[in-house]
Amino acid sequence: MGSARMSDALILLNARDNVAVCRRPVTMGERLELEGRSFAAAADVDLGHKIACAPIAPGADIIKYGMAIGSATASIAPGEWVHVHNMRSNYIETHAWPDIGKES
Amino acid sequence: MIANGYLRSDGRKGIRDVVVVVYLVECAHHVARRIVDRADDENVHLVGFPGCYPNDYSYRMMRALTTHPNVGGAVLVSLGCEGFDRHALAREIRASGRPIETIVIQGVGGTRAAIDGGLDAARRLRAEMAHTAKRVPMELSDLVIGTVCGGSDGTSGIAANPAVGRAFDRLIDAGATCIFEETGEMIGCEAAMSVRAETPEIAAAITQSIGNAAVYYRAMGHGSFAPGNADGGLSSQEEKSAGAYVKSGSRPINGIIRPAERPSRPGLYLLDVVPEEPPIFGFPNISDNAEIAELMACGAHLTLFTTGRGSVVGSAIAPVIKITGNPHTYRRMSEDMDVNAGKVLEGTASIDAVADEIVDAVRNVVSGGHSKSESLGHREFILTYKSIAPQGPSCHPG
Repeated sequence: MGSARMSDALILLNARDNVAVCRRPVTMGERLELEGRSFAAAADVDLGHKIACAPIAPGADIIKYGMAIGSATASIAPGEWVHVHNMRSNYIETHAWPDIGKES
Repeated sequence: MIANGYLRSDGRKGIRDVVVVVYLVECAHHVARRIVDRADDENVHLVGFPGCYPNDYSYRMMRALTTHPNVGGAVLVSLGCEGFDRHALAREIRASGRPIETIVIQGVGGTRAAIDGGLDAARRLRAEMAHTAKRVPMELSDLVIGTVCGGSDGTSGIAANPAVGRAFDRLIDAGATCIFEETGEMIGCEAAMSVRAETPEIAAAITQSIGNAAVYYRAMGHGSFAPGNADGGLSSQEEKSAGAYVKSGSRPINGIIRPAERPSRPGLYLLDVVPEEPPIFGFPNISDNAEIAELMACGAHLTLFTTGRGSVVGSAIAPVIKITGNPHTYRRMSEDMDVNAGKVLEGTASIDAVADEIVDAVRNVVSGGHSKSESLGHREFILTYKSIAPQGPSCHPG
């Protein structure tokens, strides 16, 4: 955790990470800054959820805590919400409510 | 010295002096519950095992729990015809120097007589224990402390769990024994964990345990991942794993233990709760209290419980200290939460400052102060069937 970096809206837990964690709810269209990068939130994203802070190709690892936490199932651009609709576990299928991750 | 503990015949020291009322089959549950309700005593707790068929794991768990350092006496409540070996358990509790009485419902003439007899027994034990208690000074180095997470969300792994990890580092440096679990919730962390193992043998055992957990959970269909976890921002088992794993702090891992086995010396231990293959009795742990029961059976005097969504549970026998990393959960449920690690997210406290608060909360509970769940009367307990063989060079049988 010693390498954690924060902005007002986001925490990057490890310098290797390609996703950041929301410290507060983020609104679609909001301008987000992190480590000199700047991108717009592509959706409303809740506290504790993840936002891509780098481009992620389909099949590539999602990195958080400096560790792979799954892989992308779609192409993900910086500012996009990263969750069960565009990533999956490399180990076990995630058991989620059916309506989570659907665009509404 | 941080508190006056209760000295037991095996040299361990308790932070509470509880009478456990133990149902040995579901058929005796009502009688045992009525005994505890009518005793209306914060130091008379209900525990039990619902199954009628004997099970080695459950017996060893119950032996470890009824001779836990926080327990000073036991009332066993038997229907009379169940498979649980009440005679053997009574002998072992007596041999530990604890007063014990057995009520057999079929023998005493039914429900009402069993409740009356059990209530008298619980009161007799409490009176006897008040006379015979040996109070001795306790230090942090006398403590065994477990940690679990429940109702996790995206904040658990970035605020509450790192703070518990930092608190674990301090407690271990003060000579305490700390236990984290469980391998099924650490799938994907095996490489990072092995690096911290004290010896190559422990590193190999960690990798093997996590591998077994992955196979076992796959057979179950999915992991410990609940719909509320995804709602809270966690997207995969291994993301939840990494967040759970940071509870272990940064000290070397001194061994792996199995349920109802105690670490032989202070330090940091991984509790592997996953049964042997092939799966016989289903999920390794059906809810958070099943994990707390196993930590207690490994000797834990108290449990640090981190939550994001807001769990409210406590436990029979060993107090639970609740730490939330979600500032909204803290505000919404502050009566249930002991420590607000959400301050880390809001930028008003560092992880180190929250770790200090956790260690202070431990000292308070050890010296007799009530945790929030204790004050609210939470005394949850669950124990179900499992298939786990005794093992372990680093362990005492519980």
